[in-house]
Amino acid sequence: MTTPSRYWREIPQRYRLEANKCKNCKTIFFPPRLVCAECKKRDLVAIKLAEQGEIITYTIIRVPPRQFVDQAPYAVGIVKLDDGVNLMGQIVDCEFEDLKIGIRVKIEFRKIFDEGESGILCYGYKFVPE
Amino acid sequence: MEGIVGYGACIPRNRIKVEEIAKVWGADAPSYKRGLMLEEKSVPSPDQDTITMSVEATKNALKRAPIDPKEIGAVYVGSESHPYAVKPSGTVLAEAIGATPEVHTADFEFACKAGTEGMYVALNLVKAGEIKYGLAVGADTSQGAPGDALEYSAAAGAAAFIFGKENVVAEAVDTYSYMTDTPDFWRREYQYYPQHGGRFTGDPAYFKHIIGAGKGIMEKAGMKPSDFNYVIFHQPNGKFPFRVGKMLGFEKKQIEPGWLVSKLGNTYSGSSPLGLTATLDISEPGDKILIVSYGSGAGSDAFIFEVTDRIKEVKDLAPRTRELLDKNRNYLEYGEYAKFRQKIKKAD
Amino acid sequence: MREVAIIGVGMTKWGELWEKSLRDIYVETALLALEDAGIDKVDSMYVGSMSSGLFVGQEHIASLLADYLGQANIPSSRIESACASGGLALRLGYLEVASGVSDVVLVGGIEKMTDVSGHEATYALGTAADQEYEGYHGMTFPGLYALIARAHMEKYGTTREQLAMVAVKNHHNGSKNPLAQFPFQITVDSVLNSVMVADPLRILDCSPITDGAAAVVLYPAEMVKKKDKPMVKITGSGHATDTIALSSRKDITWLEAVYKAAKQAYKEANKGPKDIDIIEVHDCFTIAEICVLEALGIVEKGKGGDAVEEGMTSLKGKIPVNASGGLKAKGHPVGATGVAQVVEIVKQLQGNAGERQVKKARVGLAQNMGGSGGSSVVHIFERE
Repeated sequence: MTTPSRYWREIPQRYRLEANKCKNCKTIFFPPRLVCAECKKRDLVAIKLAEQGEIITYTIIRVPPRQFVDQAPYAVGIVKLDDGVNLMGQIVDCEFEDLKIGIRVKIEFRKIFDEGESGILCYGYKFVPE
Repeated sequence: MEGIVGYGACIPRNRIKVEEIAKVWGADAPSYKRGLMLEEKSVPSPDQDTITMSVEATKNALKRAPIDPKEIGAVYVGSESHPYAVKPSGTVLAEAIGATPEVHTADFEFACKAGTEGMYVALNLVKAGEIKYGLAVGADTSQGAPGDALEYSAAAGAAAFIFGKENVVAEAVDTYSYMTDTPDFWRREYQYYPQHGGRFTGDPAYFKHIIGAGKGIMEKAGMKPSDFNYVIFHQPNGKFPFRVGKMLGFEKKQIEPGWLVSKLGNTYSGSSPLGLTATLDISEPGDKILIVSYGSGAGSDAFIFEVTDRIKEVKDLAPRTRELLDKNRNYLEYGEYAKFRQKIKKAD
Repeated sequence: MREVAIIGVGMTKWGELWEKSLRDIYVETALLALEDAGIDKVDSMYVGSMSSGLFVGQEHIASLLADYLGQANIPSSRIESACASGGLALRLGYLEVASGVSDVVLVGGIEKMTDVSGHEATYALGTAADQEYEGYHGMTFPGLYALIARAHMEKYGTTREQLAMVAVKNHHNGSKNPLAQFPFQITVDSVLNSVMVADPLRILDCSPITDGAAAVVLYPAEMVKKKDKPMVKITGSGHATDTIALSSRKDITWLEAVYKAAKQAYKEANKGPKDIDIIEVHDCFTIAEICVLEALGIVEKGKGGDAVEEGMTSLKGKIPVNASGGLKAKGHPVGATGVAQVVEIVKQLQGNAGERQVKKARVGLAQNMGGSGGSSVVHIFERE
């Protein structure tokens, strides 16, 4: 569930994977932070995340929240991107049996859900096995 | 000289065969396959739509065009299946590639010709010196009414073209458009499926306009069919492109590289544009390509392109169209297809 | 800081309590605790509740419940830390008595979850996760633990059967608890054949949707007059947080918040894992119990599954875990869980646990956790 303004505010992250990186300790944050959670410094520079990585864990959701009832069952996992950042997202365009920890995936722009028949369409990133 | 600087395609991986659809409606599959020269069509996953395919096709185009998206001055999406009735597809695309906020965006609509419509405008803005680069996408997730002839061919796909004056891959030699008011195929507001005029969609519609535009552009450019290496026509089914090609004086071998419909279906606004990306994929420097689109309502846009040396460098910087068509296909049964296309929905 | 004793506990039967509203359940339970303590006026109250707003549309419940309990005008606070709301309410009540600010503090926890549909409840529970970067993608609460389970199985070889054994053990214990939502036994087979919720977790790996409350009364130990029951004191209290987003954790299989909270509690109580006789842990999902055992230092990293399989944590084992039936069999009215854990430990330490009594239990530990490990509260209790 989301609202037009909450959806719109996260567009730079959802559409373009805009993150930031601590100049001091080099930790990358997605979504971007005002203060580094590692070294507490406040000097972070804008970067974009890598668009490929490997699956480090996954599950198949069979009892979904209301917005995702039409989609279930669907796979969601955490992917370690090639720049070291972990990202959670749905894994699509593959059979559930083929899912394994370690397989390589790339990011694609897909529709995540819609707010019912008359609400806004919510887009973002999903993972597709390479 | 202005022309295509980058091009890219997006084709969903799901397919459904003619036999599978025919089985459900008790139709004679072999005669549909023969009559339409069609074997199977692409089906978008529920999370794919005109907007998502436009973004992926454009990302591929950007892989081939070495430009900063912020330099794109216009973003146009042509489709007859824009996800919103009111709210542009183009702004989502522009935002996703990072072209905003200094950019002109518009959604185009003209049945199957909406893609080349956007291409015409983007190209001419570049030519006029108004913008440095222009992006035009033809994309559709078209719907055919269940059991209707169009159900066998209505498919999904997208092709994106970035136009500019530097690092051109294919120069735009000439353009020509031919339009009339012809009610061959239409959809009223609040109707879910389109309607069409049966055999009226043939000679007075498809053939008249493609021939009009084809003859018109060749006369304007002082060229004849044999001057071209390749020609691409709008592909509503497998037969029409060969028939209209023959009528204009083209040979089969000029049409074949861009003829995707038998395995792809009719991707509507993506149809001739995807034929163009597939042709560019196999072209050589110096090749002359003619593309003539067709949109019901009705009209055709024609373009002549001449391939430059740069094609060799960029061809494989992104997946080729035929690769997207052939690789990793996932065949659906009718039930799953109907669910994906929202012809049947879960009760609330 | 002065020592704090628990002088009364209260809990009623948990389950789908259609006839009772949130107010009814809380007041009934809190009155039992007050009666048990021999107290009729409290100085202050802390109520743990994750989401009375989303479940029954009611916020401001600290005031509402103080009023309905007949405790006019007292300072009353509603504490929220997802599923650790109850445990955190206990900690804050403990600090208020220990610091000398109040003498009699009532700590309760309540959740009324059955007035909304299954999808709504799933959504409400899911608000413990990161809404924009986990919930947005269709992640659910069971889904988060399923991600942890798969990673744990991959890294340490924990098996599907070991996960099932946690549920079987807890149901065995719960069958001896008259207040439990599901007081019956189950088998490993029934777990492995139950319907899949989020691979690899099945419905019998998951704690249920429950209505219920629990309450305890805190009092300065030095002021307790001689009683018929042995006095139970809170001797250690710890609290820590972690990223709520699983993808921001350094090690998905490790519960850092539990580890840090436990470390703080152990230090205050001057105890270590080996000194604990009985534990109530937060088994919202079977995998959670395994990971918590490791984070509490009861077993080494990765050995949680083996510990359950070997019977180390069964009722007659070396260190019984979840003698009450745990969240799995007892139920999990979110805000109440943390307080119910305390009720069980107190009963056990005072020899009042009936058929599930663990003999000679002197030192107990309760571990409560929010979301996928974004917060944890650990308390240590000792009988005089």
